[in-house]
Amino acid sequence: MSDLPSQGRPAKPRVGLFVTCLVDLMRPSVGFAAVKLLEDAGCIVDVPVQTCCGQPAYNSGDRGTTRDLAMQVIEAFQGYDYVVAPSGSCAGTIKTHYPELFEEDPNWRAKADALAARTYELTSFLVDVLGVTAVDASFEGAVTYHDSCSGLRELGVKAQPRRLLASVEGLTLVEMKDSDVCCGFGGTFAVKYSDISGAIVDAKARNIEDAQAPTLLAGDLGCLMNMAGKLTRDGKPIQVRHVAEVLAGMTDEPPIGVAKAATVK
Amino acid sequence: MTVHSTSPQFKQNAARALNDSQLQKALGNVKQGFIDKRQAAADKLPEFEALRDAARDIKNHTLEHLDLYLEAYEEKVKASGGHVHFARNADEARDIILRICRDAGAKTVTKGKSMISEEIGINHHLEAKGIRPVETDLGEYIIQLRNELPSHIIAPAVHLNATQVEEDFRRVHTHLDAKRDLSEPVQLLTEARAVLRERFLAADVGITGANFLVAETGTSIIVTNEGNGDLTQILPKTHIVLASIEKLVPTLEDASQLLRVLARSATGQEMSVYTTFSTGPRRSADADGPENYHVVILDNGRSSMLGTSFEEMLRCIRCGACMNHCPVYHAVGGHAYGWVYPGPMGAVLTPSLIGVDKAGHLPNASTFCGRCESVCPVRIPLPKLMRHWREREFERHLTPATVRSGLRLWGFFARRPALYRLATRAAMGALAFAGRQRGRFSWLPMSKGWTKYRDFPAPQGETFQARWKRERQGGRA
Repeated sequence: MSDLPSQGRPAKPRVGLFVTCLVDLMRPSVGFAAVKLLEDAGCIVDVPVQTCCGQPAYNSGDRGTTRDLAMQVIEAFQGYDYVVAPSGSCAGTIKTHYPELFEEDPNWRAKADALAARTYELTSFLVDVLGVTAVDASFEGAVTYHDSCSGLRELGVKAQPRRLLASVEGLTLVEMKDSDVCCGFGGTFAVKYSDISGAIVDAKARNIEDAQAPTLLAGDLGCLMNMAGKLTRDGKPIQVRHVAEVLAGMTDEPPIGVAKAATVK
Repeated sequence: MTVHSTSPQFKQNAARALNDSQLQKALGNVKQGFIDKRQAAADKLPEFEALRDAARDIKNHTLEHLDLYLEAYEEKVKASGGHVHFARNADEARDIILRICRDAGAKTVTKGKSMISEEIGINHHLEAKGIRPVETDLGEYIIQLRNELPSHIIAPAVHLNATQVEEDFRRVHTHLDAKRDLSEPVQLLTEARAVLRERFLAADVGITGANFLVAETGTSIIVTNEGNGDLTQILPKTHIVLASIEKLVPTLEDASQLLRVLARSATGQEMSVYTTFSTGPRRSADADGPENYHVVILDNGRSSMLGTSFEEMLRCIRCGACMNHCPVYHAVGGHAYGWVYPGPMGAVLTPSLIGVDKAGHLPNASTFCGRCESVCPVRIPLPKLMRHWREREFERHLTPATVRSGLRLWGFFARRPALYRLATRAAMGALAFAGRQRGRFSWLPMSKGWTKYRDFPAPQGETFQARWKRERQGGRA
């Protein structure tokens, strides 16, 4: 793994992991995979106490709650060289939307700008900031990769996960049709407009299936839960995982939506 | 009053659309074509992204000085012998148009494609007053026969397929041989052309929209692919241009810049087949043209968008790229949106024009995937503006009570990290235990919206923060 300090970057950067509420609650193994990737790349990782970035409130029009939560995150993550999230959606909220929340408050605006400048999505941080070109992991078989919308269009995350996946021993990437088209999750959209969301994820599931890869990866747990939930509902035996799990070589946990059969008594 | 809206019934409209197999087939056939063609056109033009910036800047500049450009435009139109009428709302616009038609003694009016004419419902108004309006754009002609609204701003009949059009033609064109062959699309086209040719020649007034109004010269510009716009505005004695205030651009050079992104974004063409410039009525040396030239400039709520965050929406040049790239539009089509403008641009514009109390669903029915913004030729931040509508709704307590109370409860915990950790730890432990056999749930209380179409994956159990504390801070710290 390359660990060449680039200009202006500390040799052992201190990274505050924004674990994201979904990973915290639903799939902590993704968080530990992120920790391993960051530590392997020479970072010192810390996890300050946290809840949520506020995106559900922001997208529901509740600016007051969003601002409260943004201030909470800004304060919790002061003092780290970088803030990294295993999610383009949450990183995008901090990076592109927090500054918009404080347009009329120069004091907090400056703090939000400072946090935004230090915040990255995981694969983008590894590749774009740390210059990582390869990971120490193996995974047998073909995978297909879904580009989650916020990471792709707010943060430009597209080549980075593919670049790292290319270094995983035994793994081949098969591109699905329309990998950059929304899976229909959209946070509360999936519940509020479930009929439309259901139709969009149906089209996505067909593209996933047509790729004929036994494993589906993506960088956002919300999208992954939506797609995994659709695939298991339709009885499709496609394993769904967060890209960090594969990159960290931590695939012992069963895929999303699958029981830990061995431990069931 | 503008045309009737079914936007409040968006959910029901959407459900109906999703179960309409004919519609789903039509939507499936078209969505890829627009996307691939736009991409190919953009790829062929190295300066395409820079042109988008320029297009945005031209429109921003114009909107900042809209009053000046409107005045300058009016002066130029008058100087070229035309008339300008300002209409504050749909009623005024309809009255003005009716008056001009009556002055011309009109029995038949031909129409080029105009979304503004849909917005003010001019066809029904003229019909009610004994004047026959005839749409001459093929798609518009078809939906006029069906008494429908367009389902797309540049492809109004995109929701239909050829067999439906054949049925309509047989139903309406009863003067033609009932046994004629209409099985090929080209036969439908030929028949429409023959029928419309008669109408063109009989028309007393021609109404067109405008893609641009040029302040420098008093020129109106329309783009079409069928040439119907030219026949509509050249053959009758009176030409009425119907356009909204944001169609203004300062100069011909500005219009040319915008034309370079318009067709590429819309259909992937470098230019539309016809780009027609009209300046005033026929002059003595002109070979053809109308004797009377009127421009009706409609506000209908737009000026109240100026100076607000929704001003950015007035940059829209109606290319349709946002809806061509929208997963929600692909799923339900344009009619589900319930008014004149569908897709992402409609989701922002419609609440401005008919009220967010009526059109509140539209800006909410988006995943915020951002694909619309990524292709908008004038870089309108459509998701951001949809979010602004959601904020207005939240402020005005229009957000559904269940959503508000859910947010309040969630916000209560999310603001209190210590309590949040305790509560989520207990909840996730219980949920993981309940889901341990299958690893997922096909039903959960109060989660029908999710579980109707997909399983809910079970959590792993211990939360990340609990395990981190145990392993890193408790055990080894």
